[in-house]
Amino acid sequence: MSLRVYVARRILLAIPMILILLTIVFLVMRVAGDPVSAILGAHAPKEQIDKMREKLGLNDPLYIQFLGYLWKVLSLDLGRSLIWGQRPVLEEIMEHFPATLELSISAFLFGVVVGILTGIFSACRYGKLIDHFFRVYGIITYAIFIPWLGISLQLIFGVYLGWLPTSGRIDPLMAPKTITGLYVLDSLLTFNIPSLVSAIRHLILPTVTLGFYLSGIFTRLTRAHMLNVLQRDYIVAARARGLSERKVVYKHALKNAFIPILTMMGLQFAALLAGAILTETTFSWPGMGTFLTERILYRDFTTVQGTIVFFAFLVVLVSLIVDIIYVYIDPRIRY
Amino acid sequence: MLFSSIISSILRRLKFRRGVKYYFTFIGFAIVLSFVLMALLASFISPYNPVKRAGAPLESPSFKFPMGTDGLGRDILSRIIHGTRIVLRITLLSMTLSFLIGVPIGLLSGYLGGKLDSVISLFMDSLYAFPGLVLAIALAVMLGPGEISMGMSLTVVYIPTYFRMVRGEALSVKENLFVEAAKAIGAKDRTVMFKYILPNIIPSLPIILSLNAADAVLTAAALSFIGLGITAPTPDWGFDLRMGYPYLTSKIWWPSTFPGLMIVFLTLGFSLFGEGLTEILNPRLVRR
Repeated sequence: MSLRVYVARRILLAIPMILILLTIVFLVMRVAGDPVSAILGAHAPKEQIDKMREKLGLNDPLYIQFLGYLWKVLSLDLGRSLIWGQRPVLEEIMEHFPATLELSISAFLFGVVVGILTGIFSACRYGKLIDHFFRVYGIITYAIFIPWLGISLQLIFGVYLGWLPTSGRIDPLMAPKTITGLYVLDSLLTFNIPSLVSAIRHLILPTVTLGFYLSGIFTRLTRAHMLNVLQRDYIVAARARGLSERKVVYKHALKNAFIPILTMMGLQFAALLAGAILTETTFSWPGMGTFLTERILYRDFTTVQGTIVFFAFLVVLVSLIVDIIYVYIDPRIRY
Repeated sequence: MLFSSIISSILRRLKFRRGVKYYFTFIGFAIVLSFVLMALLASFISPYNPVKRAGAPLESPSFKFPMGTDGLGRDILSRIIHGTRIVLRITLLSMTLSFLIGVPIGLLSGYLGGKLDSVISLFMDSLYAFPGLVLAIALAVMLGPGEISMGMSLTVVYIPTYFRMVRGEALSVKENLFVEAAKAIGAKDRTVMFKYILPNIIPSLPIILSLNAADAVLTAAALSFIGLGITAPTPDWGFDLRMGYPYLTSKIWWPSTFPGLMIVFLTLGFSLFGEGLTEILNPRLVRR
């Protein structure tokens, strides 16, 4: 199958996935619970409930509701917020998305780099104390509760040592001119050094929190695949040729252990998203997660639903991109 | 009967070999067991009433209050001990339900195959690809606060894990000769599924069960941290952690730190147990 056909087919496959996810969201939001009582609370007067049902179109048959809902979502209309000026949900999401993107990128990089390095380290000292230490590390990162880690870091580095800020994205009135919405990038592009310093200082603790959580899986995976690769004949051959151990490990072994690690990077997107919600809430980071949890407390039902639909689109989009990237990296993957 | 055979096989192996994995399993089991005991004996061992004022607000840890008091003057240790009950009940509820739903559907789908299988698989895979926490949030928002609805939300999140695992195993087990033999002597589909295939899948289930339990503890805590958990004043680790949050900047660390630590310990217990079990019951899976 040629590359172009594969990519086209993969894009077509994303359509049923989107439809299924939208159906799930629809079922959860409309059928599992009662949106009216979610909006108005359990003890609203009956007239108000009837009015709201009419307004939301809940008196129509279910399939009409579903088609209407699909049509609206696919024409990128996520409705309007129920509170504060009733702005379009998509507009508000787009305001908060860059913050999440910035945190996710930096945490992901941190997690992957730490994970791969500790994994290599562990594999090269198989069975030694340090290897056991990193295996336990892998398990602990899995068991860590993000808000707790975030709070502990805030206490140590923010409250007691006073080195780093514990909440927000940047100091007041320091935000750089918006180009991409990513503060670090924007301040670099506008040569705004004070903003850059402030943005990076705010980014450190959330990055470490979320990155630590993500790193464990890469530690374990890198360790396992490095152990596998290090036993192969070509490694023995490389060593026999007298290459330095560093060259053997990083150039010959790591390169071959990399494909499964790359696969895991794609699969970790869901964990990244879930972790970002908790990290943001812990650090009052003004991204999608904080936005979502805040609107849950205000019972802003349309916004909550819209945000979840947005997450669904993100998941499909990322899995699509990851699958296409694979084909370019490893031509054997085609089906 | 099946579970006793699993336990005896674990014990048999324990006798002959020692190693990190056995310590993992043992430590994990001990942690989980002590939390279970704590939950069962909560009323006897907690020094104060968890929902009543016991001292001045925000007293630091002392001999009288080993973990201090929270913003309303309630003893944090007592709240933690009683909070164990809630976490374990929610975990147990969601694990049981998702097991009871996911395993039969997976078995059916894997064994029967065909169109039904493709449709169910597509649905489950989409559910699985969706971030568990986001799904749980959506469900919890709709179902409203409370223990049962939290349990339900988590159930939906974990059904796909069982489904995928059981379906995959069923696909491979059904190719075996003994299945063909059973069919040849006229066994019904139901008999083949539950008497011939299921027993061969069961040994892998405790692993998924304990790893899912670890994840469920975290997700449940996350839900209550966000404010979608149990209504106050019931003690709940995730929510208590959140309630202690505003005091952090005044160097009052105990109301948040201790409940969070408990979440980490319990999760660690379940995952160590699952991790050890994986290596004991399914050595091929992790052999290097």
